Amino acid sequence: MSKTLYDKIWDDHLVYTQDDGTSLLYVDRHLVHEVTSPQAFEGLRNSNRKVRQPNLTLAVADHNVPTSDRSKGISDEESKLQVETLEKNCDEFGIKLFGMNDKRQGIVHIIGPEQGFTQPGSIIVCGDSHTATHGAFGSLAFGIGTSEVEHVLATQTLVQKKSKNFRIKVDGKLSIGVTSKDVILQIIGKIGTAGGTGYVIEYAGSLISSLSVEQRMTICNMTIEGGARAGLIEPDEKIFNYLNGRPMSPKKENWDKALNYWSKLKSDDDANFDKEVTLDGKDIMPMVTWGTSPQDVISIDGRIPNPENEADEDRKNSIERSLKYMGLKPGTAIKDVKIDKVFIGSCTNGRIEDLRDAAKIVKNKKVAQHVYAMVVPGSGLVKQQAEQEGLDKVFKDSGFDWREPGCSMCLAMNADKLKPEERCASTSNRNFEGRQGRGGRTHLVSPGMAAAAAISGSLDDVRKFQN
Amino acid sequence: MQKFKTIKSIPAHLPIVNIDTDMIIPKQFLKTIKRTGLGKNLFYEMRYNEKGTPIEDFILNTSPFNDSKILIAGKNFGCGSSREHAPWALLDFGITCVISSSYADIFYNNCFKNGILPIVLPEAKIKELSEYSKRKEEIIVNLEEQKITFGNNEIDFEIDQFKKKCLIEGLDDIALSLEKNPKITEFEKKLSTNRPWIFND
Repeated sequence: MSKTLYDKIWDDHLVYTQDDGTSLLYVDRHLVHEVTSPQAFEGLRNSNRKVRQPNLTLAVADHNVPTSDRSKGISDEESKLQVETLEKNCDEFGIKLFGMNDKRQGIVHIIGPEQGFTQPGSIIVCGDSHTATHGAFGSLAFGIGTSEVEHVLATQTLVQKKSKNFRIKVDGKLSIGVTSKDVILQIIGKIGTAGGTGYVIEYAGSLISSLSVEQRMTICNMTIEGGARAGLIEPDEKIFNYLNGRPMSPKKENWDKALNYWSKLKSDDDANFDKEVTLDGKDIMPMVTWGTSPQDVISIDGRIPNPENEADEDRKNSIERSLKYMGLKPGTAIKDVKIDKVFIGSCTNGRIEDLRDAAKIVKNKKVAQHVYAMVVPGSGLVKQQAEQEGLDKVFKDSGFDWREPGCSMCLAMNADKLKPEERCASTSNRNFEGRQGRGGRTHLVSPGMAAAAAISGSLDDVRKFQN
Repeated sequence: MQKFKTIKSIPAHLPIVNIDTDMIIPKQFLKTIKRTGLGKNLFYEMRYNEKGTPIEDFILNTSPFNDSKILIAGKNFGCGSSREHAPWALLDFGITCVISSSYADIFYNNCFKNGILPIVLPEAKIKELSEYSKRKEEIIVNLEEQKITFGNNEIDFEIDQFKKKCLIEGLDDIALSLEKNPKITEFEKKLSTNRPWIFND
């Protein structure tokens, strides 16, 4: 029978299936961070259980870490306790940890690929919904809750029921100034924030295969914002070249064996998808969100929608609530919306290519006087690479703050946050109410668009800044 | 895990769609290393003003809904992050049953791990129930019979039979899976031959 890539990965990880389809799946790679793991380790301790495969587990502190000078440690007592608890737990259970001062430290979804821990055809989980990022490598990667973290630690397996198959095909080419962030925002706008609920999404089509490995990660990263737990892309030469020689990639004869296996990871031509959506690259514009859900998205040429035009009562109420929270009026051109802050970073857009994109726009220009702009590299290694390329200087010269790596203002668990009613152009993934700080107003954009907004002081069209 | 028993409670209705996990429990409360104590911070930004004073007209701040064990909410409840702090906060507040027309996958699964029953009903039934909730009268949720009783009316609901069993018996997932230990070991043996790079590098 024909199978999708998801079907194949699923079948290769089946330990056991009950009559009702509830299955036990083997987990190849488990990423752990400080926020969703303390209660899981405590659970293990209370039941006198061990970590079954510490070597398949990798831990890092990212959500709580300060992005300022770290030599003084963490000043927030609760954050400090959480990070120290992770250190203690990793030590006790024999798990490899990248500590706060390790140059390999960074956002969990940036360091997995960077280290070669992320591999095609594997099942990768983490107590974080943006685990979908790793699907860019043709792996089945998804977020889990803390009880499931404990379950994986104890058994190296997970109880799952199979999802349905959803293919999103994007053909054609990206127009100038348009990035994979715009592609995924447009997709979410089209399918809605619950459009993928119950599905695993495979992204396919000529535009998707033309994307770089890092651009693919941005797409898969935001799969959860469309409701699907996992999104994946058939792995190809770009992926194999990316992984070759990484510290945790397979070596020598194992590399050859892995490559042989990885090369076969694709959906059969006649595989059946339960749902399909198609987009054309030429219709994708630089996008920006106006509301408090990632589906509230328009192109940079667009205007804020009018709730009065909505027939659906729920949708109308939801737009009204969003506009009130965002302090926006229907009909306003989004380009006329003034911003206070710019955040470039996160597991969505905190990689080297993202920083290059943004640096290109801000080079030899100044951040608008009323704007505070920050760049938070996704990892210590991204930061190091950027500094080697002189990107830090480009950013600093134009007035950006250049910070230490972490999740930072994507979720504002550390000191980086918006004040009430402050408006931010952000390269992160969620524009929920309060996400970047209580009362804060988030507009999700690509790195280039965030850079353009920093210079203009308002949301602006990145294409204006292209040479 | 606590065994799930039949609930009798006045339901609280929160008529908002796409209630995300940041709304249910904002990030400043994720710094805890415990599962308990989050109830007072449930729906924090809707429930308290900037000074931390309760907002009087928020439903869970008003009697009798401050004692509700059942929450009726708009579609796509629990979207966003994987934080299990969301069901922990609901549970700690006393809510052991959520009724909505749809849920985000991760949240839905997390509920079952904590003895919370998330019921899916068609929009029309949600409307009926939420109308009824205005009467501030108790309704009964019976998982065994998969039935909600309100006044003289009844609504049946569907649920995965294995998940139902786990809730009613309060089963420990991990203990169940560890019973399959020989199968896991066997799988690992095959894995080390078929995909040796998973272990070796």
